Amino acid sequence: MNVRLYIWQRATAAIMAPLVLVHIAVIFYATRQGMSATEVLARTRGSVAWAAFYGLFAISASIHASIGVRNILDEWLPLNERRAGVCAIAFGLATALLGIRAVAAVVLP
Amino acid sequence: MNARYLKHRGDALWLAALVHRLSGLALAIFLPLHFLALGLAIQGEARLQSFLRWTDQPLVKFAEVALVFLFTVHLLGGLRILVIENLDWRDGQKRLATLAAAVSAIVAFAFLVRVF
Repeated sequence: MNVRLYIWQRATAAIMAPLVLVHIAVIFYATRQGMSATEVLARTRGSVAWAAFYGLFAISASIHASIGVRNILDEWLPLNERRAGVCAIAFGLATALLGIRAVAAVVLP
Repeated sequence: MNARYLKHRGDALWLAALVHRLSGLALAIFLPLHFLALGLAIQGEARLQSFLRWTDQPLVKFAEVALVFLFTVHLLGGLRILVIENLDWRDGQKRLATLAAAVSAIVAFAFLVRVF
């Protein structure tokens, strides 16, 4: 892993740490309430705060995960660094697009 | 492989690094699936509701408990790494790694109690 990727991975980790704590609390809350799709969407749709929170979370997680995947492909599989990088970028882009789509699905009115 | 080259693999901090990597890999595999599931809301509330009812199965709930454990242990393991790399060295890293695993198990157990 080069310095640039190292900094991106650590920076996204630092950004996500508080987001993960809040997300775990949300998971516990939603589970306890046994919330239906209607109840979930009633809380998220039209909410700028949830859009910003989960938008940042989804993008950070996609970057962080793709760098981790790249390291694993590079170190554990017989792939050269370039191929590992291409696979990781494809994974990161696909995950980020799905993440943005998911956030849009639950926050757009 | 010569046994002396494998000796470190029994060390608590080597195990902590392995757990961090494997939990990260599992979460990376889960992440796009999670996004796909949430994206069902595009097709309407009924479609998302149908998926949520599917997740009521006991096997899915156990998988969610495992995910909560992996999520928490990856968070705490990552925080330990950030602290090691950015602050002064502190002794007792093996104890901290064990504590992270224990806290994650407690959080996962609390979630297990909630979902059943």
